[in-house]
Amino acid sequence: MFKNLKITCDEATTICDKNQYGEATFYEKLTLNIHFIKCKVCFLYTKQNNTLSKILKYQAKDCKGKLFTLQNEEKEILKKKLKQTDI
Amino acid sequence: METKVVLDTDKWIDNYADYLYNYTIVRVNDSDLAKDIVQDTFFAGLKSAKNFEGKSSERTWLVSILKRKIIDYYRKTNSKKGQAEVRMNFYSDGDNEGDWIEERVPKTWENEAEKSIENKELNQQLASCIAALPEKYRLVFTMKTIQDFDTEEVCNELEISASNMWVLIHRARTQLRKCMEDNWFNS
Repeated sequence: MFKNLKITCDEATTICDKNQYGEATFYEKLTLNIHFIKCKVCFLYTKQNNTLSKILKYQAKDCKGKLFTLQNEEKEILKKKLKQTDI
Repeated sequence: METKVVLDTDKWIDNYADYLYNYTIVRVNDSDLAKDIVQDTFFAGLKSAKNFEGKSSERTWLVSILKRKIIDYYRKTNSKKGQAEVRMNFYSDGDNEGDWIEERVPKTWENEAEKSIENKELNQQLASCIAALPEKYRLVFTMKTIQDFDTEEVCNELEISASNMWVLIHRARTQLRKCMEDNWFNS
């Protein structure tokens, strides 16, 4: 059964990415932690990934309050274009 | 009894253009492209206006057209062959399948701790690294990470499976990590 717990670096980092959103399963987290024992590279990747997530979260917060709107001139152009094809 | 739907396109734009534009830009992340998609949506709406039965509100109806347009766009980028910019991080076959490719192995980040997350340049660098991602990775990545969509929502909107989504996110994140390492942390 231990064979099933062995994963590649590609799989390990995929789980790590999933975990950034809190969506990795318990089993996945288990295999990831076992992978860390023999793989320092993926451990480092995870650490850096966590740092990135922190910065990204800050950006997300910043971006959420923003409302994008069209310029009035752009709307007028669009109105004209629509009128031309009007039946 | 048939009711004739009278269309007032001026009103359409006044009432819905901003909403549709906002809806699109958080998904495609490019203002010119978003404008084009919104315009296409209005044209398509106009063309099929006679099919509008009034079962839903006008806005819901337009959004449903818009969603199709966004999926169409996504499909188009998805099928593009020019993916030379996609660098692999792991061996995809052979004895060491799934292992890190040597030059893509993460390096220790210098002065990581002293960089605050509120640092303006840091955030700008990250934004430009996100912008440099291949289109289809960027779309999924920003929807999930910046716009904070549920997995289910992303999958439904883009018509992809959850495992497909995680693969795209994984590729986006490994590239983003490398980009930040080269341009910020160890530059």
